[in-house]
Amino acid sequence: MELNAKIPEGPLAEKWTYYKGHSKLVNPSNKRNLEIIVVGTGLAGASASASLAELGYQVKTFCFQDSPRRAHSIAAQGGINAAKNYQNDGDSVFRLFYDTIKGGDYRSREANTYRLAEVSGNIIDQCVAQGVPFAREYGGLLANRSFGGVQVQRTFYAAGQTGQQLLLGAYSALERQVALGKVTMYSRHEMLDLVIIDGKARGIIARNLVTGKLERHFGHAVVLASGGYGNVFYLSTNAMGSNVTASWKAHKRGAYFANPCYTQIHPTCIPISGDHQSKLTLMSESLRNDGRIWVPKQKGDSRKPNDIPQEERDYYLERRYPAFGNLVPRDVASRGAKERCDAGYGVGASKQAVYLDFASAIQRYGKAAAHKAQMHDADADTITRLGKQVIAEKYGNLFEMYEKITGENPYEVPMRIYPAIHYTMGGLWVDYELMTTIQGLYAVGECNFSDHGANRLGASALMQGLADGYFVIPYTIANYLSGEIRTQSIPTDHPAFAEAEKNVQDRLDKLMSIQGTHSVDYYHKALGKIMWNKCGMSRNAQGLKEAIQEVRALREEFWKDVRIPGAQNELNPELEKAGRVADFLELGELLATDALQREESCGAHYREESVTDEGEAKRDDSRFCYVSAWENKEGNNFELHKEPLEFELVHLTQRSYK
Amino acid sequence: MNLTLKIWRQRNSQDKGHFETYPVSDISEDMSFLEMFDVLNERLITEGKDPIAFDNDCREGICGMCSMYINGRPHGPLHGTTTCQLHMRHFHEGETIVVEPWRAQPFPVIKDLVVDRSSFDRIIEAGGYISVNTGNAVDANAIPVEKDKADLAFTAATCIGCGACVAACPNTSAMLFVSAKISQLAQLPQGNPERKTRVVNMIHQMDEEGFGSCSNIGECEQACPKEISITHIARANHEFLRATFAAGNKNVKVEHS
Repeated sequence: MELNAKIPEGPLAEKWTYYKGHSKLVNPSNKRNLEIIVVGTGLAGASASASLAELGYQVKTFCFQDSPRRAHSIAAQGGINAAKNYQNDGDSVFRLFYDTIKGGDYRSREANTYRLAEVSGNIIDQCVAQGVPFAREYGGLLANRSFGGVQVQRTFYAAGQTGQQLLLGAYSALERQVALGKVTMYSRHEMLDLVIIDGKARGIIARNLVTGKLERHFGHAVVLASGGYGNVFYLSTNAMGSNVTASWKAHKRGAYFANPCYTQIHPTCIPISGDHQSKLTLMSESLRNDGRIWVPKQKGDSRKPNDIPQEERDYYLERRYPAFGNLVPRDVASRGAKERCDAGYGVGASKQAVYLDFASAIQRYGKAAAHKAQMHDADADTITRLGKQVIAEKYGNLFEMYEKITGENPYEVPMRIYPAIHYTMGGLWVDYELMTTIQGLYAVGECNFSDHGANRLGASALMQGLADGYFVIPYTIANYLSGEIRTQSIPTDHPAFAEAEKNVQDRLDKLMSIQGTHSVDYYHKALGKIMWNKCGMSRNAQGLKEAIQEVRALREEFWKDVRIPGAQNELNPELEKAGRVADFLELGELLATDALQREESCGAHYREESVTDEGEAKRDDSRFCYVSAWENKEGNNFELHKEPLEFELVHLTQRSYK
Repeated sequence: MNLTLKIWRQRNSQDKGHFETYPVSDISEDMSFLEMFDVLNERLITEGKDPIAFDNDCREGICGMCSMYINGRPHGPLHGTTTCQLHMRHFHEGETIVVEPWRAQPFPVIKDLVVDRSSFDRIIEAGGYISVNTGNAVDANAIPVEKDKADLAFTAATCIGCGACVAACPNTSAMLFVSAKISQLAQLPQGNPERKTRVVNMIHQMDEEGFGSCSNIGECEQACPKEISITHIARANHEFLRATFAAGNKNVKVEHS
């Protein structure tokens, strides 16, 4: 199948306006008769559900958690970008677009990214109107801060809980539509297959997680908003339940999966403390505004951090990247930490960590606060105390979280941090309208691939999720549904529903019948180890080939020897996990296959065979300036389709943050 | 460390339920409470027994899914901390730990430690929002909000909807949860048009769901993992009185005697 991104004509800055002016509409009386299924209730799913219901469509929304308010968008900390230029520091739609393309190492689709920057301002307006309590200045106007890969202040935030506040805004808009009868909410339900009739997505099979009963649901269109696949690495900053299942089922039914090897490693996470570790906790990138990253200059230095004098510390990011310093993009900062630790400069008991130090920020803020309070002869203790107060106001909840987990006080001792899997730029291939390669099946938010290229900049995930849900899908879905106004609701006794349900039932029966020796977590951990060691922050051809073989062997073992307790017709968290891990065991192979095929380094995808003399990622635009879209073939085989990336406005250069 | 766990087991909502005792050994003090449960469940699965069902997702204290009493206290002994962020270093060698699901009639048990909190969603449906359709917003800086009020609204908005306030309250009142949303939106100019209907309808729904009345005991504030203050309850009471005395408020669906 030829990939057609359906990019509208005209200059980049006018494409979206042109599209909105020319796409087809559905009149209000017809909208009432059209049903849309939305899977997932994070920023993208909740905002899409609410906005589509407001337009008059009948929406059915599904989430596996006990309430839509719990989706993992809730855990996003640092902020959301928007090209408002409220700081008068030279920001614009073009700059946000350009930073995003450059940050993504020139592997995203220009037209989609431009649109994202274009609607970013509307998102902030909408959220404020909903009552989202963003941080404000004393004059009552909105505050901003900086994030990595950027030289302006365009990030809006609510302490270290921006995702929570935005999600609760979208959740309240969703619940309002539930109250109005426009959205039917299915909590504790998991999508386990996609139903296709005459080549079009027409519904899903969902399992009621409380009763175990399989349900058939019809929709004129299906919107997936099911998030990323970071948990293929077992340890990640994702929630325990975050999974690829909905996307993977769609992939198996014909939706192409794009750029799976673009997986983001976040530089500032709390290091692993032992084998019991079930997940990793992020410390927001916003901390890099004020925290300075360093390691001792001397290898294996075992002194306490506060005993190491300034001149014996290596602030390696400031040294290597003077223009951006500690605020280089995530991929660059992560590799820096790994490189220092691998070279023997790591700190802490495991030596797999670097310091993130707030001492100089405390002094700087303390002096400013003393000055403001007219305390011109303030002593050192007073300055430190005032400085800590400022830091507490900015990052208090993050500091508390760090102390809860590690038992150390970061106001006194530098934080120890290490990179961890955080976000996945890859996902279902979508065109400009966010439609996948299956007619009537859309993918929004993290589960699609389109806007972040090979590396996402901080505070851009929230922006994209809400852009897709509030401002893109409500327009683009009408262009498709205008052709469906004569389609009556298809009864769910249609053979396609029966076939899909049987497919799901057979798989559940098979999983329950194995009754082997190892738990699901055993396999998940083993998979994570393969992926992290051979397909993680640094990759090479030999390791990737081994990874593919090892994942295949593990998958085979899983299907022979996994042990799932309990029954199907009850709440059974182990059975839920088993289905998700089975899908990760298939995705893992595709991820490694994609990483092997892309013989260049770009953004977060770092191939040891393709680096500059200074060890930075080296792209190969002549061979790899395309999107890799993989088609699923019988027996977990994959066929590559390429969508060439054409740049109209941006000139491709080697990224430099020096 | 070695510990003894007494955990509430209940097959489903019909089952009567009972405590079961499990010894656990080699628990690292760096483990979170839920990671200790993972270790126990792994063992139960290997022994062919049914693992303990408990709600959890983000494991970083923000999704609000984890919900259990630990030694009689919602989310355990540590102030301002969810169960998932509670680490084993706060327990001592040889300790017996009692774990139960939320005990509240509006939160029926589904299985073991898992309860149904959909009543909270229905309370939000009754009015916990500002009615603004997508696309209707003015420029964000066209609505200045005093910093103090914005900060106060934020402290209320940090509620994670876990239900610890209800679990802690001797009256099973949900006032801390309900008042946090009322108080957040009452601080903001955007929340003004629906201010009266919101408070009356949300409180009515809270009553409908079977939550008890607030008698200002304050256990909720102590148990709240986000340390939300009961001054929000006072503010919600104020809002409620104000709304019920307002003349001609036709949008209030419910008549209160």
